[in-house]
Order: sequence, then C-alpha cells, then structure tokens
Amino acid sequence: MATNMTQAVQKTKMPEIVGKLLGQLPAWPATQAFVTAFNLTVWKKLRELDWDGIHGRKFCVVIKDLQLALHFSVTQKGLRAEKPVQPDVIFTASLMDFIRLALRLEDPDTLFFNRRLLIEGNTDVGLRVKNMLDGVEFETLLDSFPGPLGRVVMYARKKLQQT
Amino acid sequence: MPATLLELICPAGSLPALKAAVDHGADGVYLGLKDNTNARNFSGLNFDARSLAEGIGYAHGKHRKVLLALNTYPQPATLSRWQQAVDTAAEAGVDAIILADPGLMAYASKTHPDLRLHLSVQGSATNYEAINFYHQHFGIQRAVLPRVLSLPQVENVRRHTPVELELFGFGGLCVMVEGRCLLSSYACGDSPNTFGACSPGHAVRWQQTPQGMETRLNGVLIDRYADHEKAGYPTLCKGRFEVQGETYYALEEPTSLNTLELLPEMHRLGIAAVKIEGRQRSPAYVAQVTQVWRAAIDAVKANAENFRPQTSWLAQLDKVSEGSMHTLGAYYRPWK
Repeated sequence: MATNMTQAVQKTKMPEIVGKLLGQLPAWPATQAFVTAFNLTVWKKLRELDWDGIHGRKFCVVIKDLQLALHFSVTQKGLRAEKPVQPDVIFTASLMDFIRLALRLEDPDTLFFNRRLLIEGNTDVGLRVKNMLDGVEFETLLDSFPGPLGRVVMYARKKLQQT
Repeated sequence: MPATLLELICPAGSLPALKAAVDHGADGVYLGLKDNTNARNFSGLNFDARSLAEGIGYAHGKHRKVLLALNTYPQPATLSRWQQAVDTAAEAGVDAIILADPGLMAYASKTHPDLRLHLSVQGSATNYEAINFYHQHFGIQRAVLPRVLSLPQVENVRRHTPVELELFGFGGLCVMVEGRCLLSSYACGDSPNTFGACSPGHAVRWQQTPQGMETRLNGVLIDRYADHEKAGYPTLCKGRFEVQGETYYALEEPTSLNTLELLPEMHRLGIAAVKIEGRQRSPAYVAQVTQVWRAAIDAVKANAENFRPQTSWLAQLDKVSEGSMHTLGAYYRPWK
C-alpha cells in the first residue's frame, strides 16, 4: 500500500533582485571575504577536528542563485582561497539552503532527495566534511562569534526556524 | 505484556544527533563506533571513545538508553577488533549491544554476562525458532525483526517467544534481505556485511549533465534524474536499468517506510520498541523525526482506539523521506 506524498518541502528563497545584485560580485573578493570571516570565527572551534586526508583538497561552493563560486582549500591554519582550478569536491545549492544547513535547520540528505543540494567530485571527501561538521554542536560554533554577532546568528536561526 | 512497550529508539551518527534524539523524546538511541564494526561505516560518522563517553553520560543523565550496534560480520583476520569493540561497549556502560554474528554473541555472553544483547536486523531472524535459539544459547533479550514480515506474522512470532520484539517504524527501505545482501559488492568490491556500508562514498559519483543528474557506482551508471525528479540514495537496488529495451526500477523504487498508522496494532501486539532508521542523517533530521514519533507514541499510549496520525506529522515525515512515496512495507499485505 502506498500513498502519494504531500509536497511539504520548505522553499525559502532569496528575492531575485538581491540575487542579481550579489551575483555581480567578482568571485575572488567574495572568496577572500568568506575565507577571512570563516577563519576569524568558526575555524577556532574546528581546528581540533581530524582533518587528515582533507588538507590540500580543493573545495568549490557554488551558490547557484548568486551565480557565485567560492574556491578554497583547508590548511592547518584554516581555509585558504584558491584559484578556480579542478576542485576535488563541488557543493551546489542556493544561498538560503546553505544558510539553513549552516544553522542546522536543514538535513543535507533531505535537500539532496529534493534536488536542492548537489555534491560532485570526490563523494567520500564531501561526505566526510559534511559528517565532521555535523559532529560539532551548533552551540560550540556559536561561541566562536563575538557577542553581538552571535546574537544576530541566533536571531536569524530563530526567524528561519519559524518559516 | 512486556516490561517495555513501544520504546522509541532513534539513530545517532554523531554526538549532536544523540543529543537531538534525547532532547526531542527518544527513549533510547543507537549508535556505532568509527570503523566497520557497524553497518553505517561512513567517513566522518560515528563515535570514538571520547564522544561515546560523553553521549552515554548525556543520555543516562536524562534516563535514556544507549544501544551500540556491532552488527557487521567479523572475518577470521579481524575477529579480535570486533571483540575489542564488545569490550569497549561493556566498559563504556552501554545499555545493550546489537549483534548479528553468533560468534560475537558467544564471546559477549561469556565475557560480559551482565551485558544485555539485542539481535540485529542484520541477523535476518524471521521466525521464532531462530530467535529462541539465539535466546537459549546467548541470552538475546530483544530481536529487531527484518522488514519482511506482515503484522499477523509478527504476532505469531510474538506469541511464541519470550524475547522482546523491535520493529522498524520509519526510514529508508532496502530490498529486505538484511544481513544477506551482497548487491553493493558487485559494483564496489565491498560487501556491506563486512565493510559496513552499502555504496561507500569512495565508489559514488554524482554529476550534473545536460541529460540530468547522473549517479554512478564505481563508474557504473545506476540512475539519471531529470530536473523535476526526486533523487534516492545511490544504491544498486534503487537504480533504474534497461531491461529488454525498457528503462525502469528493475528491483525497487526509492521509497520510505512509514508505519505511523500501524502504531495501535503494534501497541496491541506488545511490541517493545520502534526503531527509526537513519544514522547517516543529520541532527536536524533526528530532531524532526523524533519529535513526531514521540508525539504519536504518546498519543497511542493515551488512547490507542481513537488514534489517527495527524496530517502535520505525516507532512513532516514526508518532507524528510527518500523517494516520492511512503509505504507500510511488508507489514501490511494480504499474502503470506
């Protein structure tokens, strides 16, 4: 016995105009900004993880609604911006879905089933990074943000949780 | 009636997932160590000694149980590592270990006589004689039934064994030859029963092409999804293949088990526990699914006769399901 599923998939999207405007950003400064922000905040809580086998790998995060590709690698000192050449793994999703994943509001497999997340390239490395990050508690990551910024992140999470 | 009734057993692939399960109402969690001693041996997943100790402390602090899955089959050269895993579990203070291999059951029952043993679904015990055999020889106290029996057949098992029964309630379905399925090894070279994973990450490749998203297993094309189609896990059993000129799901369609509506019947039968599949899933999934099943089980226990699954529960579960359908699986079928 089988029943048709309801289409209850959450579809929170960036307004199109915002996407177009942000999409005009050149990729290199955007990558630099992302890498710098990451290293100044959450890397402090992530550096103790077992990154063996991940160091030196090149990652590409494609934010499809911004038409933006961030290229970086993981080093012992944190993320490093890379030239857009032959990434080992490519993660593709919308900005809002990446935000919801980062805030632990969305399950990656659910996004994959619904074709809202794509992992191309070395799947094992991609799954390992996904699982390693899942193994870090959200509160731990939140601690890495300076007080006011941490409160903004919590506020955003609460708001998105209600949508 | 058994001492326990409809315990909610939820998956934990990480410490945050364990806490999500406990915080959202699981009576117990099941987890595995970071190697092929369990059947979710995926990179970056599972527990080391430190996270296991913290997880047990957290669960026990809230009077919830921790079950450790050692449900793959050791080989002669690796037996000692599986035995060490039994020792690790016993010393860490888990509430039970979930085993499939009789040799390991013998070791566990002799070495740790006070350690509670559960028979894994990977043990493929589908009749009460098999379950009673494990009970008599190794003291198995609970059996997780393979997803091949109809509810009347479950009832028949229940009537003829003192062993508690645990049924799968929700999650991904496979071709229902648990513990005996070698399909993945034909493409990957790794048997899920010894390697600990069906379609391990090293063999999987996804690629967006002009024809759609392609899934390959060791180079073998197993499915291609048009943009509007939902995707499934990259397993051979759920692939679409060309058979006599027609391309279709030749083995099974990606589908999720959802037995919410059978809860009153499970309650009547005295089923000890309901298991939620998905140790490979994120803490977000664990939280969402645990919350729904906690509410549903509480509703059944309060008033089984008038129980109806709420629309919002079904919508929440459908949202996180694999495939475009959910099913009652073998539990509901007129034939035997």
